[in-house]
Amino acid sequence: MKSKLNLDPKVVDSARQHAANIAHDMQEFIERHTTVSTERTIVRLLGVDGVDDVDTPLPNVVVDQIKEAGALPTGAAYWMGNAIVQTGKEPQEIAQEMAAGKLDITKLPTCSQEEAAEALKPAIKKTFERIDMQKAKRKEYLETIGEGPEPYVYVIVATGNIYEDVIQAQAAARQGADVIAVIRTTAQSLLDYVPYGPTTEGFGGTYATQENFRIMRKALDEVGEEVGRYIRLCNYSSGMCMPEIAAMGALERLDVMLNDAIYGILFRDINMQRTLVDQYMSRVIIGYCGIIFNSGEDNYLTTDDAIEAAHTVTASQFINEQFAVLANIPEEQMGLGHAFEMDPSTEDGFLLELSQAQMAREIFPKARLKYMPPTKFMTGNIFRGHIQDALFNLVTVWTHQSILLTGMLTEAIHTPLMQDRYLSIENARYIFNNCRHIGDEVEFKKDGIIQKRAQEVLGKADELLAEVEKEGLFSTIEKGIFGGVKRPLDGGHGLEGVCTKGENYFNPFIELFLDHE
Amino acid sequence: MAETKTATTQVDLTCVKPYGDALNDGKVQLSFTLPIPYGEEAEECAKQYARKLGLDEPNVCYYCELTKGYTFFNVYGTAQATIDYTAIKVPKVEGTVMDRVECGEWIGEHIGRDIVVVGASIESDAHTVGIDAIIQMKGFHGHFGLERFKNVVPYNMGSQVPCEQLIAKAKEVNADAILVSQTVTQKDIHIKQLTKMIELVEAEGLRDKIILTCGGPRISHELAQELGYDAGFGPGKYAEHVMSYIMQEVEKRGWQKKPNIADR
Repeated sequence: MKSKLNLDPKVVDSARQHAANIAHDMQEFIERHTTVSTERTIVRLLGVDGVDDVDTPLPNVVVDQIKEAGALPTGAAYWMGNAIVQTGKEPQEIAQEMAAGKLDITKLPTCSQEEAAEALKPAIKKTFERIDMQKAKRKEYLETIGEGPEPYVYVIVATGNIYEDVIQAQAAARQGADVIAVIRTTAQSLLDYVPYGPTTEGFGGTYATQENFRIMRKALDEVGEEVGRYIRLCNYSSGMCMPEIAAMGALERLDVMLNDAIYGILFRDINMQRTLVDQYMSRVIIGYCGIIFNSGEDNYLTTDDAIEAAHTVTASQFINEQFAVLANIPEEQMGLGHAFEMDPSTEDGFLLELSQAQMAREIFPKARLKYMPPTKFMTGNIFRGHIQDALFNLVTVWTHQSILLTGMLTEAIHTPLMQDRYLSIENARYIFNNCRHIGDEVEFKKDGIIQKRAQEVLGKADELLAEVEKEGLFSTIEKGIFGGVKRPLDGGHGLEGVCTKGENYFNPFIELFLDHE
Repeated sequence: MAETKTATTQVDLTCVKPYGDALNDGKVQLSFTLPIPYGEEAEECAKQYARKLGLDEPNVCYYCELTKGYTFFNVYGTAQATIDYTAIKVPKVEGTVMDRVECGEWIGEHIGRDIVVVGASIESDAHTVGIDAIIQMKGFHGHFGLERFKNVVPYNMGSQVPCEQLIAKAKEVNADAILVSQTVTQKDIHIKQLTKMIELVEAEGLRDKIILTCGGPRISHELAQELGYDAGFGPGKYAEHVMSYIMQEVEKRGWQKKPNIADR
């Protein structure tokens, strides 16, 4: 593809190389550590589910017991494998006995690591059969009923009640939505466990639980068959339980998951060591399962200025891309994020937005770019808001963005009403159809405002990445370079859940998920 | 019918009604959804509903099906109800509003020490947008935040801060004022959380020793006062509004020489 922005491929290569070095540097840290949430993910993938009599999820019961015994450095996989060898029972049964206080798995006689690994094989096989069945089901749907054209229309539902969410989601699909994101209740990101069962109470969203995933999946498959389009389901593999929710998403066939460690550090104050280790496990799962991950760069622009800080978004996209490469995520599953968040009173602001979006497309040609609508400068004037969203939709179709998070005219007033969503989708469909090939027809003036802006932002992103490479990602975040938010290495939530791997540690899933064949 | 030949230019403020393109024409536009199937019965239903809302001559200018069993309407009508504008009283934050530079100078002259404020988005609310708009250096929409004010020392604790932690910080740094931000309002969660904050401040015996303010897109000064806050700041209010109020309140309470909470 010829660059419409006249971007220098050498600068792109340089930025990408810096980002690769940053990610590799981090990967060394990641590989030396594990976390309680990573271990709980292993336990879940071995088939453990459910809660004890005080509603503590069984994966937490298992991992807490191992942690309290000081045995976490060996990893939950070993202890579960050993328990199977010693008791002859299945993982779920073992977890139930632990919850009932009948079994302490760190006090059993111990077998070798090889024997433990061997004992886990039937449980692992069962899990992969389920995940592979879900992958096949998605493929079958895409081959039979098909999907809507890009940009996928992505809308949110956020009633707090999963059954109410279902009604809204099915209505949205009938109105033309391709992706339904079930917004999570506020504060779930900081819970160090995943709630269990169907839920009907949440604030600003609905709890992410495996049962809720299952209920929504079924509803979207039904409506997808009805409208003749596969409807993708999105939720959050983020917060303190990042990899556990990725595993749940794998088992219940989610298609898109928000997943970005840097977002969690900056905007949820999650400890950076914890969440970077968690992110790796979650992305390895996401990569295998054909899930599109969405990174959260768009959020930088809600706290930082969209014009001044544009290069931090680009730099972060490069870093997220390289983290994804290490987790063996195909480019088509990289939903790198960015946003239309410049102050609408800026002269030629539309040209700058167009430049930024086109640049993201040229730098990441195959990525499933996720483009976020105006939020920061939405005022409650719904009439102007609808026009702001229209300009955003125009940039989206013009620059071939992949996933459009539809802007709502009532942003800054309330979570979307059924009619708001209808009007937003109507707006997007009108513009997409009316301007379908505008990007193929229009070129940009050489050295004009649009070209120069992109070249400048790319240049600054490259410089920033060089600095981050020299400095290291941890200390860059400590200095507040992304989103203007500073976070200390040992601060934030969840550091107590990070642990250095012992000599005999093993996680049987990483290798299996990395191998997509 | 002489009066219809000239335009009515004088509004009677004791009985005002909406203005379309002529005084007292009562023109109102509204959009809503009814949970009924699309069709002519739906149109009639919307008309009757508009009449019940007090609109004469309802005109359903557009309607369509949102999804099976739900119909969306755009309706114009002529409102009959009137309001006595002269009888309206809205509680407002008292004092003069100064700009950022004036605030800094005013504090220097009238208070003679730094004003300390602590702000956070409390409890379950994960949104920093409001508190950042007031405190962060870059502020919002061209209005710089308190970090850029002279003679002001602000602490921004971010989001999801438990009330207890916010109060502890206020005590630790001897804050003159606490700024509580609430963005999420679903199921009135903001009311519950703002009330919890008030109760804890009272339980700690701090109610008269600290200026307590709150803000957010759905917060008004009136609501804030009902809940027991000293002041509330809604949409369109920036750092200079908040600081203008706080500094004048510090002077009024005679805290110029009382930087320590214990002395107040």
